[in-house]
Amino acid sequence: MALERWFRRQRPTRGDEGSPAGLWLKCPSCHAQIYRKDLVANLYLCPECDHHERMPVDARVAMLTDDGTFERWSGHILPVDSLEFVDTEPYAERLAAVQKKAERPDAIVTGAGEMLGERVAVAVMDFSFLGGSMGSVVGEELARAAERAAEEERAYVVVSASGGARMQEGALSLMQMAKTTVALEALTERRLPCITVLSDPTTGGVTASFATLGDLVVGEPGALICFAGPRVIQQTIKQDLPEGFQRSEFLLRKGMLDDVIPRRELKARLATYVRLLRGAPVDRERAAERVKVEKPELSRAAVL
Amino acid sequence: MPLSFEKPIDDLEARIRDMQSYAEEQQVDMGEEVALLENRLATLTRDTFANLSRWQRVQVARAPGRPTAVDYLEGVLDEFTELHGDRTLGDDPAVVGGLARLGDHSVVVIAQQKGRDTKENIHRNFGMAHPSGYRKAIRLFDLADKFALPVLTFIDTPGAYPGIAAEEQGQAWVIAESIQRMSRLGVAAVSVVIGEGGSGGALAIGVANRVLMLENAVYSVISPESCAAIRWRDAGAAPQAAEALRLTAPDLLEQGVIDEIVAEPIGGAHKDPAGAVANVKAAVSSAFEGLRGLDRAALLTQRRQRFRKLGRFTEAA
Ligand SMILES: [Zn+2]
Repeated sequence: MALERWFRRQRPTRGDEGSPAGLWLKCPSCHAQIYRKDLVANLYLCPECDHHERMPVDARVAMLTDDGTFERWSGHILPVDSLEFVDTEPYAERLAAVQKKAERPDAIVTGAGEMLGERVAVAVMDFSFLGGSMGSVVGEELARAAERAAEEERAYVVVSASGGARMQEGALSLMQMAKTTVALEALTERRLPCITVLSDPTTGGVTASFATLGDLVVGEPGALICFAGPRVIQQTIKQDLPEGFQRSEFLLRKGMLDDVIPRRELKARLATYVRLLRGAPVDRERAAERVKVEKPELSRAAVL
Repeated sequence: MPLSFEKPIDDLEARIRDMQSYAEEQQVDMGEEVALLENRLATLTRDTFANLSRWQRVQVARAPGRPTAVDYLEGVLDEFTELHGDRTLGDDPAVVGGLARLGDHSVVVIAQQKGRDTKENIHRNFGMAHPSGYRKAIRLFDLADKFALPVLTFIDTPGAYPGIAAEEQGQAWVIAESIQRMSRLGVAAVSVVIGEGGSGGALAIGVANRVLMLENAVYSVISPESCAAIRWRDAGAAPQAAEALRLTAPDLLEQGVIDEIVAEPIGGAHKDPAGAVANVKAAVSSAFEGLRGLDRAALLTQRRQRFRKLGRFTEAA
């Protein structure tokens, strides 16, 4: 935990919560003005239209695991700039800046916890950290978590959010696709479920490796999920893209996802999947909890 | 058409040809002068190719006239018999698969094929596979496992095709599946990056026990052009991006991504395709020879470990 202390020490004294720009947000879907606190209290769903905003990692972990059960595994390995990659700015400097802001060494959090009583390991990617890109550390954390989940007889739940491989780490970032894939074998060998939740956005090398290799693969509503991004495709084919192209609901219709699950129902549904896949008997008491998270009383009504 | 940095080599070659035909016409002996120029040519070619920038290597890897996968299938293997189709969506010409013999052994081969001319390039979609191409690879991996036949793949693609149908048919899903299927092969697998190893679309058939790479081939997480457009916001910065991405064979050997560099004839594979094919044949044969003693379990473990350990990071204190 020395590392976390270090990050705390590095933290700037002025957080951005206090800035006036952070108080009100505009929903990108219905354009309503939303009070930031309401969005946070509402699982980052627009109180007006249920638009699924991207969710910070810690909030995601808190939402998916039972209170007080989460034990963090990740954070003990640090990325290195082995290629000394420099574009308009050195990678090492970008990395240092985002590490300081995020208070974690890379774009992922993994750990153990309970999900409505089910023993799980969770891995949650952080899109706000260099676009959730997968370099050696993200790949290694995903692999280690899969292997430790297998050792501890836990189901593995992964929430992806990533622009793909981290190009500043060159071909080794590409190789994380193979690494994360082979690490899942530990779970397969013990018949432990791996369930992947594709959140907005999941693209490139992450979609084309572990993220779509779950025993079950589900999407969050409205999430962009693709191999090549819409802009790349548009540039290639020089045509307009179909309505809703590459969004969860579109991919569900195309047969690529097991389901699209609203965030309020996600934890309950994942717990059900784990229980059914593992063939465990129903715990009647807990079954009552397997319903969706109700919309909270909001502190201030959203205004148009 | 020569690559820009090949111009002096090309000019010198033209001069030698001129001198030779002049000597023939005039019935004079210019052997000494020709030998001198040939000597200079050899030195110039060697020096030029020894000092290629990474961006120049990218150009060599994509050079017209460079042997394509089919040239290797024909030159390295005997009795190559193409097998078509993926049994689900169609038959993707960007991926060529089949059965063949390598020395005394039957093998299953899967190769990404660019065109040798414009017409073939269009037919092959410039070596950019659709999901059907990866599905074809997957069903051939199944075939190889069933009959315990070693697998040989040739990698040469700018990347998986980015199109509407490709996305609708799950391009990401099939690439992931192909990576996983190949990692599960119970037989020896050898991959050779012969030209361009373009991102996930290349890795999909590159999860081998031994990964070889031609001296002037490149293998990268993203093309220099796309990297430049994203990171420099300027596609013209491709040479800088190529430098930064460390995508050449020596770079990748150093990173542990590949196991061996296959030498190209002086001046590059496009100058002497037959020489390149011969080198690949020797390297592939000895790679399989090296894996011969390993049983199914050992092959699986070796391949899994090989990819599991890739990456660089430090442990926190
Ligand atoms: Zn809204």
